[in-house]
Amino acid sequence: MAMFIRVDIPEDVQAEEPLRKQLVEVCPVDIFALDGERVVTVEANLDECTLCDLCIEASGSRVKVVKLYE
Amino acid sequence: MSILIDENSTFIIQGITGREAVTMTRELLNYGSKVVGGVTPGRKGRDVHGVPVEDTVRAFTERMEVTGAIVAVPPAFAADAVMEAIEGGIKLIVIVTERIPRKQVAEFIEYAGQEGARIIGPNCLGLISPGKSKMGGIGGAADATQRAFKPGSIGVMSRSGGMTVEISNALSEAGLGISTAASIGGDAIIGSNYAELMPLFEADPETKGIAIYSEPGGPSEAMLAEYMTASKSRLPVVAFMAGRFMDAMPGMRFGHAGTIVEGRADTTAEKIARMEAAGISVAERIEDIPAILKQRIG
Amino acid sequence: MRFYEHEAKQVLQKHGVPLPKRSVATTPEEAETAAAEIGGPVVLKSQVLSGGRMKAGGVKFADTPAEAKDAAAAILEIEISGQKPMGVLVEERRAIAQEYYAAVTWDARAKKPVIIFSDMGGIDIEEVAEQHPDHLSRTNFSNLRPFSDYIAKVAVSKTGVTGNHLGPLTRIVTALARVFVQYDLTLAEINPLARLEDGTFIALDSHMDMEEEARTSQRALLRELGIPDEDTRLARPPTPFEVAGAQVDAADTRGVAGRVVEFDGNMGLVIGAGGGSLTLFDAVRAAGGKPANYCEIGGNPSVAKAAALTKLVLSKPGVEKIAVMMNVVSNTRADIMARGIIKGCIEAGRDPGETIAIFRIPGSWEDEGFKILRKYGVDFVDRSVSMHEAAARAVAKMGA
Repeated sequence: MAMFIRVDIPEDVQAEEPLRKQLVEVCPVDIFALDGERVVTVEANLDECTLCDLCIEASGSRVKVVKLYE
Repeated sequence: MSILIDENSTFIIQGITGREAVTMTRELLNYGSKVVGGVTPGRKGRDVHGVPVEDTVRAFTERMEVTGAIVAVPPAFAADAVMEAIEGGIKLIVIVTERIPRKQVAEFIEYAGQEGARIIGPNCLGLISPGKSKMGGIGGAADATQRAFKPGSIGVMSRSGGMTVEISNALSEAGLGISTAASIGGDAIIGSNYAELMPLFEADPETKGIAIYSEPGGPSEAMLAEYMTASKSRLPVVAFMAGRFMDAMPGMRFGHAGTIVEGRADTTAEKIARMEAAGISVAERIEDIPAILKQRIG
Repeated sequence: MRFYEHEAKQVLQKHGVPLPKRSVATTPEEAETAAAEIGGPVVLKSQVLSGGRMKAGGVKFADTPAEAKDAAAAILEIEISGQKPMGVLVEERRAIAQEYYAAVTWDARAKKPVIIFSDMGGIDIEEVAEQHPDHLSRTNFSNLRPFSDYIAKVAVSKTGVTGNHLGPLTRIVTALARVFVQYDLTLAEINPLARLEDGTFIALDSHMDMEEEARTSQRALLRELGIPDEDTRLARPPTPFEVAGAQVDAADTRGVAGRVVEFDGNMGLVIGAGGGSLTLFDAVRAAGGKPANYCEIGGNPSVAKAAALTKLVLSKPGVEKIAVMMNVVSNTRADIMARGIIKGCIEAGRDPGETIAIFRIPGSWEDEGFKILRKYGVDFVDRSVSMHEAAARAVAKMGA
């Protein structure tokens, strides 16, 4: 279970197909995965988040990376 | 001044789209290094943090001046990448990649020698001339790098990347600072060892003393001792010797590939004796290095 | 990794080097049968990875199969440098006219392979080098040009060998050089290389070491020699704890977290990287600490990998606390390490604040790391506390 990081993907991001794919592509540690018409987070990889902000940049700051230790 | 790199140096990164290289690119740009391009086959036309990516080294060297290449590709492709950089006319190559077989390392070092190119590494963090430029992952993020590496008068050479930073940090905290620090790599055969870089530090008026990190295995310390004896170097040298516990455990592998003790001359006890005989001071702890250097510089 | 003598000889045989008739026996009975098949006098040699067999009683001569059986029984019982032999090599004994020495190894100064040849074989080659330098030649050859036989000829001829001895010796040294290059060896040695009384040349003993990094690319050879992947060939065989450490490292290609070596002490170490580990292990010992293990964390390992190594170290009986220490880090991240080690403690059912004696990983992302460490009540220090001081503080906590 993820202890340190949570990633929130809002519904307006889910609505954009190119962005869903882009999230999967930009993340260096495979936190995002496609699941039909949605993009979901991969539980086992969440704690591997490097805080690189590439998902945040790609989504115009709509995707939120939450540090559970703060 | 500094050696090998300064504020005007331009670099390309081979393997720029890899996980580590993407981070390194951002750190280099933030530090102020001039990263002018990246090479990843099949990724031509992309960019990494604004740095253009091409399929080949020549795509850059044919149209611009490139001081150096940082090789950050996986071990299976590293030798090929180095060959391409040398053939492309690049004269300074920092190889970050670990675990390249010794035979391949020896091959590209020989080729580099024929073409007048200098190799730093493999299995190293690269070079830094503080306040001017860095080449490789040395120091990590720009703010962390600025903190550990203050501009100053000591040349640092280390077979351990991590210990390059640790020693440089101690010298920076003590107010001595760094002219250029070189992580030379932990493998048994490396492109540039201490004795091969000493003449460059010798010619740099800003450098007033040298600190090195050494460990068991290999001839690098003996070669430095021979250089110091033969050259009547103006530079005081302080060495820190790690891995003293290994003297009692021949044949066991600890640390870098280069540390396997293959003969009596490679033990820490023997190396310390040789270096001391050549006028090199040997520090017991990292925190002792700055004081010894200050005393010897006078 | 080191090859046993019989494996080295198998490699030489593939490349046409003449060898004595021989067979490996793992029981006295097998040795008896082997001696009978060879016929005539034999020599029996302990198959161990360390040197000094002769002095330790690991080499015996036998004139009959019955004698060979007794000799093998004795040899199989003798530990050499703490290692039981994997078997006994039973070999025909031939009348020797002269012994030579031939080796190919890396010359880290020249950064090229070097052929070392002497017409004074069978004795300590360092001694020959010191006392009879004119009887020993060193000949580097290029990494780039294909090996050419004349290089071996030059190496042999430099020691004064000529006439009808030059040709056969050149052929054997050429084969040795080609074996060295082809199999990523770090040492290929024939000592002694003998001229028999009938004028033929034969490799009597051979040592080979292969580059550790080449185990993957040389898998075909290792299979052919019957060497399994888990056989590390270190000076002592790995403990299950060390094997588990190698598995932690191999499970994930990101960064290094492994190279675990087991010791007897009570203080678990999660330390890095290469040079940092050597420095910190010395520092713990200098402070009077008793390490339970050596290990290396470096590069940029994943959280999962750091957690797995932490769990492994904590699984060792007698380990109550771990010291987590590194040099000022560049590409390793303090926050990723903090996450991994805390996760490892919790997954092992331990309280991170109680279990981690000290956490000293200054450098990249340290502020982010400090936030995590504070949240879990871990005692941490920054770069103002040196590696030696941090080690001493951790050792002081172990006393209770």
